[in-house]
Amino acid sequence: MKITRADVTYVAQLARIDLSDEAIEMFAGQIGDILDYVDLLKQVPTEGVAPTSHAISLTNAFREDVVSGPSDPDTSLANAPEREAGYFIVPKVIG
Amino acid sequence: MKLPELTITEAHRLLAAKEISAVELTRAVLERIDALDDRIGAYILAAGEDALAQAANADAMIAAEGCRPLTGIPLGIKDLICTRGLVTSCGSRILKNFVPPYDATVIGRLKQAGAVICGKTNMDEFAMGSSTENSGFQLTRNPWDTDCIPGGSSGGSAAAVAADLCLGALGSDTGGSIRQPASHCSVVGLKPTYGRVSRYGLVAFASSLDQIGPLGKSVSDCALMLQAIAGHDAADSTSVPVEVPDYAAVLGRELKGLRVGIPGEYAGTEGLNAEVLSSVNAAVKVLIDLGAETVDISLPHTRYAVAVYYVIAPSEASSNLARYDGVKYGLRRDEGDGLIPMYRRTRSAGFGPEVQRRIIIGTYCLSAGYYDAYYGKASQVRTLIVEDFKKAFEACDVIACPVAPTPAFRIGEKVDDPLTMYLSDIFTLSANLAGIPGISVPCGFSSAGLPIGLQLLGNHFDEAGLLRVAHQFEQATDHHKKRPPL
Repeated sequence: MKITRADVTYVAQLARIDLSDEAIEMFAGQIGDILDYVDLLKQVPTEGVAPTSHAISLTNAFREDVVSGPSDPDTSLANAPEREAGYFIVPKVIG
Repeated sequence: MKLPELTITEAHRLLAAKEISAVELTRAVLERIDALDDRIGAYILAAGEDALAQAANADAMIAAEGCRPLTGIPLGIKDLICTRGLVTSCGSRILKNFVPPYDATVIGRLKQAGAVICGKTNMDEFAMGSSTENSGFQLTRNPWDTDCIPGGSSGGSAAAVAADLCLGALGSDTGGSIRQPASHCSVVGLKPTYGRVSRYGLVAFASSLDQIGPLGKSVSDCALMLQAIAGHDAADSTSVPVEVPDYAAVLGRELKGLRVGIPGEYAGTEGLNAEVLSSVNAAVKVLIDLGAETVDISLPHTRYAVAVYYVIAPSEASSNLARYDGVKYGLRRDEGDGLIPMYRRTRSAGFGPEVQRRIIIGTYCLSAGYYDAYYGKASQVRTLIVEDFKKAFEACDVIACPVAPTPAFRIGEKVDDPLTMYLSDIFTLSANLAGIPGISVPCGFSSAGLPIGLQLLGNHFDEAGLLRVAHQFEQATDHHKKRPPL
């Protein structure tokens, strides 16, 4: 599967990662090789085969809706890159 | 006998008899880390004073209530597992200063058992890799040959156990990341059944494949560690409410009548080193001498396993790693030009090339127009792999095979060719796709003195069976008694 620089740039945009020109070039080649390899899967007949997303099937793994665990702001904000009082400071999102 | 060279079982006996104290044992291990870890690089963070405080608590616990199997035992913890108050970096610069405000469930259970966390071990960044060369911080060297990789992604844990820089360790396994480094470092490594051990507090790489497991100097040591951490956890909705048996109790039961499946597809694997094959064949002969019989089995979809894994794992990773955005924790690179640029700059600065590569592959495979062709298709072939094992286990009790196609390769040998690196996971990743447990146990050395491991795969929730076969094999051989030339 030929992956173009434009493909890599587009996907990097979706994944929110900045890539240098060299990185785009390198990834286009490497990822192209990997997806070429993965094309092997086209050989496998899978008509009517259900997909597996979970190797051990569990259903309705619920617990009681009860609050537990630490909920104080200092704990939650301990790793904040920027904080003020009880808030995370973030870049402007609106406007 | 130097204290750090003890197994967990031996140390427990001495602690219980009060011939040594937990503080003495931990101090000896910390001193050995100081003396040797410069050459190995197993630890990102050695716990130092904190470890000695834990050891003092363990001594108090022993005095008050007696000594349980892990009380006072110094363990290394892969840096992917959250430890409250101790930096947990996942081998990544994006989490370089991240201090979890909580313990992973497995850590809570180890602390309750009185174990001592003596440090956080090095790993491939976010568990993505098979050599620990993808760590954002440092190299870890194989104690058996320091020009070679220790394996990955739990390379730090495996190297620490092999070099007696802890008495046991926890790692994680998504595609072989416990079993392969265990094999390369001549220690025992077990990946439990998916859902056997809680993933709460395990930083997620691929949520349907990840499992935490023990690495140890002996099979019985691994049984003790698994006993402490296994079991249902309400905080992990993928953990399974299946009772935890007494793993140590059945280790001694003999192997008479055991049916060992030999997959026909594996011997002809491209790139399978002749010494690895002959070591594994010799190991199977030992099992036969112990009373087992071999059965030829087929795992017809083996040739597709790497392709299935390298669609599913990166896809799940691309979703799991979306949370590293510089907003609530971790690295932030903000230049005042808005939110999206902050995300992009943060993630490019914080993630290494392998992580970026896998995120891009995963995003591609899940994107509109490609989802069915890649992720959907891979998930269907995954079902066929699951069915291969179901069928195989009708004819056998355990499956025997190599862990890796070659012994540990040289540092730097495969970094430029990701696809070659991925292909070396061929023997381990099917177990993750099918959710079945697997163990690597030392079975020999190459002519260059590099370790080779035997892999045993079991049916869902048959860790007891795997441990028993591995233990009997271990006791009939002496590979586990050898130490690296340090």
